[in-house]
Amino acid sequence: MVAKQLSIFLENKQGRLTEVTRVLAEEGINLSALCIAENADFGILRGIVSDPDKAYKVLKDKHFAVSITDVVGINCPNVPGALAKVLDYLSESGVFIEYMYSFANNGSANVIIRPNDMENCIRILTEKKVDLLAASDLYKL
Amino acid sequence: MIWNENIECMDRDNLRKIQSIRLKKIVEYVYHNTPFYRKKMQELGLTPDDINDLDDIAKLPFTTKLDLRDNYPFGLCAVPMSQIVRIHASSGTTGKPTVVGYTRKDLSIWTECLSRCFTAYGAGSSDIFQIAYGYGLFTGGLGAHYGAENIGASVIPMSSGNTEKQITLMHDFGSTVLCCTPSYSLFIADAIKDSELPREDFKLKVGVFGAEPWTESMRKEIEEKLAIKAYDMYGLSEIAGPGVGYECECQNGTHLNEDHFFPEIIDPKTLQPVAPGQMGELVFTHLTKEGMPLLRYRTKDLTALHYDKCSCGRTLVRMDRILGRSDDMLIIRGVNVFPTQIESVILEMPEFEPHFLLTVDRVNNTDMMELKVEVRPDFYSDEINKMITLKKKLVARLHSVLGLGVEVKLVEPRSIERSVGKAKRVIDNRKL
Repeated sequence: MVAKQLSIFLENKQGRLTEVTRVLAEEGINLSALCIAENADFGILRGIVSDPDKAYKVLKDKHFAVSITDVVGINCPNVPGALAKVLDYLSESGVFIEYMYSFANNGSANVIIRPNDMENCIRILTEKKVDLLAASDLYKL
Repeated sequence: MIWNENIECMDRDNLRKIQSIRLKKIVEYVYHNTPFYRKKMQELGLTPDDINDLDDIAKLPFTTKLDLRDNYPFGLCAVPMSQIVRIHASSGTTGKPTVVGYTRKDLSIWTECLSRCFTAYGAGSSDIFQIAYGYGLFTGGLGAHYGAENIGASVIPMSSGNTEKQITLMHDFGSTVLCCTPSYSLFIADAIKDSELPREDFKLKVGVFGAEPWTESMRKEIEEKLAIKAYDMYGLSEIAGPGVGYECECQNGTHLNEDHFFPEIIDPKTLQPVAPGQMGELVFTHLTKEGMPLLRYRTKDLTALHYDKCSCGRTLVRMDRILGRSDDMLIIRGVNVFPTQIESVILEMPEFEPHFLLTVDRVNNTDMMELKVEVRPDFYSDEINKMITLKKKLVARLHSVLGLGVEVKLVEPRSIERSVGKAKRVIDNRKL
């Protein structure tokens, strides 16, 4: 259930994002989810890829500031209140969300969550019967 | 252990009296024996009678490396060549070498100073010294050699280089003290590792390092790799050579042999003395030298002096680690900034690589500094907040050391240029 997310520190410099995607493309690694957090002089790219270990190695070899972060993916219905319900479960139990990103497609939405307490997060979501995505499924999206 | 307790632990008031008497004497001596100084003093309207106590030193003219070059080779000698028994010279990488002549008494004082150093490092007559400083015109080899002989130690005059032989003899002869440059000691450490001789077969316990600036983190690395205690020895050939100053077992600064070499700290810009404990350029006046005594020689080395008694019992003034060279000084919004101050802040923080690039610009008539630093791989976080907190921590640390705001920019690994020689770490774009 815990999935490996790539996190890459990038300077706000022309062509850096292109460079990352090019390196991954050359190795035949697919990106299935991607988001960028940014501030004035740097950004952090977070992404789910088809082969995180390989992606980590090739980026590391090219001296990118890359790391692997544990995240959890869930699937919830694309209707008003569905996400609110999930978030409620977590906040009630004192699990904070460092960051998350998601996108809806037709009837459902995939959500990637980085909680402050992974163990508790998974336990609660399982108890509440939230649809957790297997890591292997996330990589294949 | 203390070699010369009478001097090294002397009450500071008495020490000042001795220094004062010696200063008056040396000023009289150079006035009558060194035409260069007589002329300089006459230009300032000074005679030896104007120098009556230590505070009067501020009236005296400075001496720079340029003066030594202009008077190449023996123009600043105060005695005829018949009294000079040894000549040393600097490497002269930036022009003519600077030459220093020693009388017999100068050599014996130098040896006394080195005896104080080696004794402070815990060495004595039962030690075996491996002197791996270069022997020759450079002061390091012969200076350390005679000092070690004087304390009764057994001396192996290896000189520098031939690392394989260094290790063989260190192993076979059981050297206990190694004298060399700090960088060469790391080279030796790697070679010992490659040799596959077990460390426990070596008797080495103390390292005496000098002749080039080194940092606290380098000390840790040397001590770990060689499994020894590493001590700093400060010196410069214009003043004597190695042994002008030395660390004691407290390693809380470098004690200066100030009964022979009187130290002052000046502001390199205004040339005025600074308050004790303040940083500035180190200046030495010879108090006892015969061959080539210098008045207020500007070392260009930046440091601070502390006059409180050391826990080792010595009262001799303690000098901070050399922070850099006054030639490298930047003036930012009227404040003196040394690249080494920035380096020391970065070295203290394990989160950053020891590489940086400082760019100075003038924006709307205000000087602005931008510092690019690389975060160490283990410290990258994928949370923006943590990266910003890290950046703020560095900004705050720099502000407390420099008294100025610095715009910090975190950059990607290896984006700052590495160079083999002297790294270009400051770009000043101001058109002044």
